[in-house]
Amino acid sequence: MPHGRLKVKTSEEQAEAKRLEREQKLKLYQSATQTVFQKRQAGELDESVLELTSQILGANPDFATLWNCRREVLQRLEAQKSPEELAALVKTELGFLESCLRVNPKSYGTWHHRCWLLGRLPEPNWARELELCARFLEVDERNFHCWDYRRFVAAQAAVPPAEELAFTDSLITRNFSNYSSWHYRSCLLPQLHPQPDSGPQGRLPEDVLLKELELVQNAFFTDPNDQSAWFYHRWLLGRADPQDALRCLHVSRDEACLTVSFSRPVLVSPAAFPRKHHGCGSGAVGLTGLGGNWGRLCDLPATSLNDQLPHHTFRVIWTAGDAQKECVLLKGHQEGWCRDSATDEQLFRCELSVEKSTVLQSELESCKELQELEPENKWCLLTIILLMRALDPLLYEKETLQYFQTLKAVDPMRAAYLDDLRSKFLLENSLLKMEYAEVRVLHLGHKDLTVLCHLEQLLLVTHLDLSHNRLRALPPALAALRCLEVLQANDNAIESLDGVTNLPRLQELSLCNNRLQQRMVLQPLASCPRLVLLNLQGNPLCQAVGTSEYLAELLPLVNSILV
Amino acid sequence: NADLIPSLPESIIAAACSRSGQRVLHVDSRSYYGGNWASFSFSGILSWLKEYQENSDIVNEGPAWQEQILENEEAIALSRKDKTIQHVEVFCYASQDLHEEVEEAGALQKNHASVISENPTEAVHSAYLPSEDESLCIASCEMLTEQTPSSDLETALEISNVKVTGETEKHDDKTCMKSASEEETSKNVPTTEGTALQPKKTRITYSQIIKEGRRFNIDLVSKLLYSRGLLIDLLIKSNVSRYAEFKNITRILAFREGRVEQVPCSRADVFNSKQLTMVEKRMLMKFLTFCMEYEKHPDEYKAYEEITFSEYLKTQKLTPNLQYFVLHSIAMTSETASNTIDGLKATKNFLHCLGRYGNTPFLFPLYGQGELPQCFLIDKNEKDKNEIYSRFAIIDQFGQRIISKHFLVEDSYFSENTCSHVQYRQISRSVLITDRSVLKTDSDQQISILTVPGEEPGTFAVRVIELCSSTMTCMKGTYLVHLTCTSSKTAREDLEPVVQKLFTPYTETETENEEVEKPRLLWALYFNMRDSSDVSRNSYNDLPSNVYVCSGPDSGLGNDNAVKQAETLFQLICPNEDFCPPPPNPEDIITDGDSLQSEASEASVILEANSETPKESASLGNPEEASQ
Repeated sequence: MPHGRLKVKTSEEQAEAKRLEREQKLKLYQSATQTVFQKRQAGELDESVLELTSQILGANPDFATLWNCRREVLQRLEAQKSPEELAALVKTELGFLESCLRVNPKSYGTWHHRCWLLGRLPEPNWARELELCARFLEVDERNFHCWDYRRFVAAQAAVPPAEELAFTDSLITRNFSNYSSWHYRSCLLPQLHPQPDSGPQGRLPEDVLLKELELVQNAFFTDPNDQSAWFYHRWLLGRADPQDALRCLHVSRDEACLTVSFSRPVLVSPAAFPRKHHGCGSGAVGLTGLGGNWGRLCDLPATSLNDQLPHHTFRVIWTAGDAQKECVLLKGHQEGWCRDSATDEQLFRCELSVEKSTVLQSELESCKELQELEPENKWCLLTIILLMRALDPLLYEKETLQYFQTLKAVDPMRAAYLDDLRSKFLLENSLLKMEYAEVRVLHLGHKDLTVLCHLEQLLLVTHLDLSHNRLRALPPALAALRCLEVLQANDNAIESLDGVTNLPRLQELSLCNNRLQQRMVLQPLASCPRLVLLNLQGNPLCQAVGTSEYLAELLPLVNSILV
Repeated sequence: NADLIPSLPESIIAAACSRSGQRVLHVDSRSYYGGNWASFSFSGILSWLKEYQENSDIVNEGPAWQEQILENEEAIALSRKDKTIQHVEVFCYASQDLHEEVEEAGALQKNHASVISENPTEAVHSAYLPSEDESLCIASCEMLTEQTPSSDLETALEISNVKVTGETEKHDDKTCMKSASEEETSKNVPTTEGTALQPKKTRITYSQIIKEGRRFNIDLVSKLLYSRGLLIDLLIKSNVSRYAEFKNITRILAFREGRVEQVPCSRADVFNSKQLTMVEKRMLMKFLTFCMEYEKHPDEYKAYEEITFSEYLKTQKLTPNLQYFVLHSIAMTSETASNTIDGLKATKNFLHCLGRYGNTPFLFPLYGQGELPQCFLIDKNEKDKNEIYSRFAIIDQFGQRIISKHFLVEDSYFSENTCSHVQYRQISRSVLITDRSVLKTDSDQQISILTVPGEEPGTFAVRVIELCSSTMTCMKGTYLVHLTCTSSKTAREDLEPVVQKLFTPYTETETENEEVEKPRLLWALYFNMRDSSDVSRNSYNDLPSNVYVCSGPDSGLGNDNAVKQAETLFQLICPNEDFCPPPPNPEDIITDGDSLQSEASEASVILEANSETPKESASLGNPEEASQ
């Protein structure tokens, strides 16, 4: 060994020294833990527990039980100590918490304990806490534990939203890949710019919106693969949840039934269902509520719908949703209805919709520009599709479908999600077309549909063609189609028929070339009283012996069954 | 002895040798630290200037050193006269009233005269050459060893003094400002903050610069550290980094169409940029992302390998705006200089360094580049034990012999005979003191690098580095600006056009039109420095094999060249030794061992390593004569 060089331990010696040290540490850790648990059991919640737990938590702040121990001790000491002693205790505790956060800045237990402690202080020093958050976010601007705590502190200290917004600005400037920061903006901006009562809640005035759009555009043009910016973009262009409404009321004389379609899923117990029936000249009639969510139906006492009166008026009041609607059943008519127009109410534009279509239009242009540079960016493609839908779903239908194709190719991992989304959009478009045509017939054949949605909007449809799609089921929500008479669902991949239940007017059902295998799946058909024609040709169950006999027994009223 | 600080590569080798258990003796004929890597206070640079202005005297041969040459030895004359600096010109624009009365307040005793007078012991004294002598070198050895510990301490103290001074700056400022306002009572300068915040009202005078002279740390070479460059790696690996502090360069600037603008080069910059369109943001990011791993996409550049980088950029989806930024400010190359691969490599290197310590790829050492050699020396000194392996005989002007096995020398010491066949390149340098930044922003504490491309073919791009006062290289309210380019003419001829574009000379009569005004020059220095970085050892005449040659500073921005050179030379001196290994963990050091046991065997090991070239080593160094 040359002179002047230091002699050092060999690696074996080092390893041995390390091992001994670790062993020693483990011993201490275990004995301290044991002592704490014993003391806790014995109810000895004194300062020695604080000391012991701080030894352990100082090394491992994620030991949640020990934080609970500390809280118990502190609560007890609160009652025993003088205010001065308590203040000293709190000071130590805050310092200790800070040292734990330095050990692990993402420890749930530590941040929660700090919240708890600050919440109990008579005069908490919020300015100091804000400073603490700023420091920790300086080190890691994406530490969401610290963001949570900051929001707590800002709320407690009533920090003006403008200041907090400026804080998010500074962090986004440093690194815009920051979900927490963008999210915080989406909370602060509506507070800063409250809308007049009449306006849509949670939305921003146009000048603010345009500024935010520019900011977020900077982000996704800089790095289009960063999701956080796209999510914020979607929030900016979205709108608050639509107000509760009764979308459609339908009354049928024959079935003595009133059907209600709600704007959101509701769960109503029969007793809670609010009801009022104004038969002209007669008083309120009792309705029976059944469980359900989107499509909601109630049977009426048959006698209440006699054809003697010139008309019956039905008013449904939805007290929870603060909405009502009425419909009239005229003399000589079998049915009456009242429904919202999908076009007028822009029912299908919920996801992206701001008042000014010019904003959407210019967003669409920027995104198309970006797409030219980044033809394979999935976020950009998806946003283009959403913007086109928000602008004019029918005008952009063909283009949208092309974008879907590209999107599926670049993002094969989400192919199924995209298929479902595409199905949803196509169904919406078909609905709009049907409404324009003022018919009750809906053709959804040859559309590559993978899923059925918006079925609650189809309450009045009498003829539905679902043939040549990729459907695997007729879902339970199909039961909302109270007026459905003819259902064609040939050439799909249908395995279950849960939705073909209690369809009072269904006469013809065609299910050729599907994947019906078990006889059992046909069970629901028995609940459709008017079914007369059933076509099951080309299904696996047709091969099975005894299917015809089974069907004859199951559906005695159906006079034509093709197997 | 540790009091003299050699150039950066030399000090790295010294530290490395010291870590490997070698004894290192520094000998320097110059009156200041670091040779051309030196850093000066304002008064220091004035003395340096004076020296060059007086340098022309030709001095006679020294005493009879020939008598000391042993029979089997051969002499190499080393030159005292430094020929590496030429065409020194200095201009003062700040008002010079009261000039004669002021002195630098509390100047650090860093420069020559005071060092010598403050070190009266014989040993130290002999380590310095009287400046009249032109001929031989230098210095003592054995008796110095006793001095080593105490001089270590002194060095350490001196360094910490510098830092302490920095920290107590606020206090100092107040006193200084007080005197400044006394001088200019007619101008009614009220507050302490006046200088920093309202440069328009507080004119900085030459006497203030003199008075605040020790706030300046003016580097002769202007470099930055690439945050993933070899030097940073070495500082970290060897843990020498603990002796230095750094600041991140805050901005990359470009000079285009007569305007200075900020170059967006990081992701955050691009996001925040107001000057780029959305599409440009995407184009730039896309191109930079590609550059990060361009090797993985050969089909994107293979077809363009033969053309220049600037031509290649034109084939990419980039606006002229972006092409300019990438070419000049990110790759930092020129229209004609580099081909596609070199450009991509440079761009990649830039991006690779980005974000390690901040938003730009560069670091600057507080107190200047001249700090770095010192850091390695502090490290060396801490490791030193009182032993010397001397195999090389040095005879100083007093006739003392120093015997050393390896002799490392910077080429600036070679006499004309030795370098008669060498063609050197030149670097044009300028140092300016200005009153504000070339690009004003909210913060006046910005450190910027700006590349101004050469205008005509055959001229070189000028690199401008602007340092603010928080880098501890200039006084508050001023900026220290370094300009560097490869010379085509004299420094002033090369650089003055750029200086005129960016700055305006300070004049007494001020136009009140603040907005269009450029920063004002208070003081300017021009000089040419020799660039010997690409001269191979073989070009020098008659060098024995145990003489190792270090080149002077190169013109590049980073320090890779110095580190590479140090490592190569170290491997020659200490083959099979790890270069600057990390120091052992204090816990793992065994203190009670007897470390003096194997002197003899060690000496022979080194001998064997050298025995590949027996002829030369015999003629120069005689093992038998090793130390007393």
